[in-house]
Amino acid sequence: MRIGLFIPCYIDQFYPRVGVATLRLLERFADRLPRDAGNGAAPQIVFPRQQTCCGQPMANAGCVADAAPVAELFTAAFADCDYVVGPSGSCVAMIRKHYHGLVRDEAALAALQNKTYELCEFLVDVLGIESIDGKFPGRVGLHQSCHGVRELGLAQGSERVLPDFSKVRTLLQGIEGLELTGLDRPDECCGFGGTFAVFEEAVSCMMGRDRVADHERHGAEVLASADMSCLMHLGGLIRREEKPIRTMHVAEIMCEALRIPIDV
Amino acid sequence: MSSAHAAAAAEFVANDERAHWHDQALWFVRSKRDKQAHSLPEWERLRELASAIKLHTMSHLPALLEQFEANATRLGAKVHWARDAAEHNAIVHGILAEHDVRRVCKSKSMLTEECHLNPYLERHGIEVTDTDLGEWIVQLREEPPSHIVLPAIHIKKEEVGELFHRKLGTDAGATDPKYLTESARQKLREKFLAADAGITGVNFGMADTGGFVVCTNEGNADLGASLPRLHIASMGIEKLIPRAADLGVFLRLLARSATGQPITTYSSHFHGPPPGGELHIVLVDNGRSRLLGSEEFRRSLNCIRCGACMNTCPVYRRSGGHSYAVTVPGPIGSIINPARDPAEHNSLPYACSLCGSCSDVCPVKIDLHSQLLVWRREIVARGLLGRGKRLLMKLTGAVLRRPWLYRTGGRLARFGLKYSPRWLVYTRLNPWGKQRELPEPPKQSFRAWYAKHHKRD
Repeated sequence: MRIGLFIPCYIDQFYPRVGVATLRLLERFADRLPRDAGNGAAPQIVFPRQQTCCGQPMANAGCVADAAPVAELFTAAFADCDYVVGPSGSCVAMIRKHYHGLVRDEAALAALQNKTYELCEFLVDVLGIESIDGKFPGRVGLHQSCHGVRELGLAQGSERVLPDFSKVRTLLQGIEGLELTGLDRPDECCGFGGTFAVFEEAVSCMMGRDRVADHERHGAEVLASADMSCLMHLGGLIRREEKPIRTMHVAEIMCEALRIPIDV
Repeated sequence: MSSAHAAAAAEFVANDERAHWHDQALWFVRSKRDKQAHSLPEWERLRELASAIKLHTMSHLPALLEQFEANATRLGAKVHWARDAAEHNAIVHGILAEHDVRRVCKSKSMLTEECHLNPYLERHGIEVTDTDLGEWIVQLREEPPSHIVLPAIHIKKEEVGELFHRKLGTDAGATDPKYLTESARQKLREKFLAADAGITGVNFGMADTGGFVVCTNEGNADLGASLPRLHIASMGIEKLIPRAADLGVFLRLLARSATGQPITTYSSHFHGPPPGGELHIVLVDNGRSRLLGSEEFRRSLNCIRCGACMNTCPVYRRSGGHSYAVTVPGPIGSIINPARDPAEHNSLPYACSLCGSCSDVCPVKIDLHSQLLVWRREIVARGLLGRGKRLLMKLTGAVLRRPWLYRTGGRLARFGLKYSPRWLVYTRLNPWGKQRELPEPPKQSFRAWYAKHHKRD
């Protein structure tokens, strides 16, 4: 069994720690998957080097012709994997929800969409992890990304009248010493939105500052998310304004709780 | 990198205090909506039902419209058909002219706003008074509504006080909403009594009875339609529902979604003209049948104009309705306006972070954010995306489709970011860096680290 590590372009280039944390978590828990029926081999985690990006920047701008070759490349890169797992809800949503029309081989596309998971979703739904052990002292504000919540269903959005749940919260809430802080607006958009962040710069930054302020009001010391792209935007605002709040991907928090070194 | 909406939005955002006030006012309405929605355990079932009824209606629209016309006619109403805004205005004016009408009272109708009926009638010497308080405020200010349910949501009570002082002679410096509302009420009462005709919109037309329902909180539609002998109702063809029996589904959803009320104060039913009166119904297409013919955008005709997508939209709340420069702004407006004129409204589908909140809040389950994404594709396919943006995306795609170029480009970008002086990175050409720091470049990429640690594969 091969688990393909999907490290989105901006994580690859700017946040290698998040990539390593993802890899280390999968290594820690992969033995929960069945061994190979034939040779008894343990599941293997691989990083297909031909991958670049999911194609979302172009697709979200409406430039499908520019996104299609990137999507084809991605599909081919993970063709021989049984699972594709990535630490970014938005990029995973791109593959699962928006690849139609971008990849010619319909069968290959269906296979890809069925085996692609966001990291927390994979830990909870596929590996059956109900909580993470260990300690992480601190007040953590959880930013639930829009694509994670509303496209992948990682949590119940506040608009819907359905039972409340959150897969990311499930993983974090059992960690000793970790206090999840609340929000006035539980799942409002941070304003990243890919090209939106530059095309609509003014509104994007106001949205981001409002998110940070909401977390600050509730006493968060760490701003955590399963989506690094939101944190790239929010972190950029926080650093510019030199605010005493730091951003962490939930994979980094889980590694720290489990005392798994992120050796990069 | 700016476009029509982005530029207008930036102007709105520049007044931080006001933009936050606007955002908070609308978030308050969204919160009220949440409370009401959560008071009904069957909420999601109602949405499903409403969506199914509307989709059924749209797939049988021609037959249902004719059924509505036949039944309305049987009740004594006169039904007119208008292909577009110009025909609508001409028909309305024709009826008014025939009755020698000089003064009209009009209740809130986004359709008549869409058709720009007021200026048309005024050009023909007819005085039109918008009798919904919010609509009257924007009419007195000589500007369009900024929201379809809360037309004056962008105006503060101090500004209303000042406006009323100037236009209606209320006390200078008065800001008490109760006093201002009562003053408007007294003035409007004179208008109602003097009106020769009333114009209303239509919230729901029922095919099986030929009757229709108008929802208001102020009762102004009732006064406007009942005092004069002549009532003209302007109705978009998508406002139809098949049966009176379906009405309950929509009335339960409409006010809860719109303002967080269980129901509007008045749900007025009109079945034919009153004794001695005349009732005209003008059915308006104005681009709707084009949407009906489009597989991808048909669902936008489900819209019952509750405005919930505006109240929840993080962009709308922070950019204000006028930044869209259309009658129906916000997420739904960013779909239906490009359908009318894609070149004119090419920036609207991009006035969205694709957060998807609108789709989940919509009581008739319009897949708003997905349709906005489809519109972006249309804009690009028609060559209507700005040259700079188009080039940027072409370039990005060209790099990302070639793993070697991506690796090299990434290395160069990280190197450049690390060693370039600040003034070279944070220029006016870098909209990211105007208010945000770029990520701190790490020593190596993930893939470089991986290659070192996994020499085997």
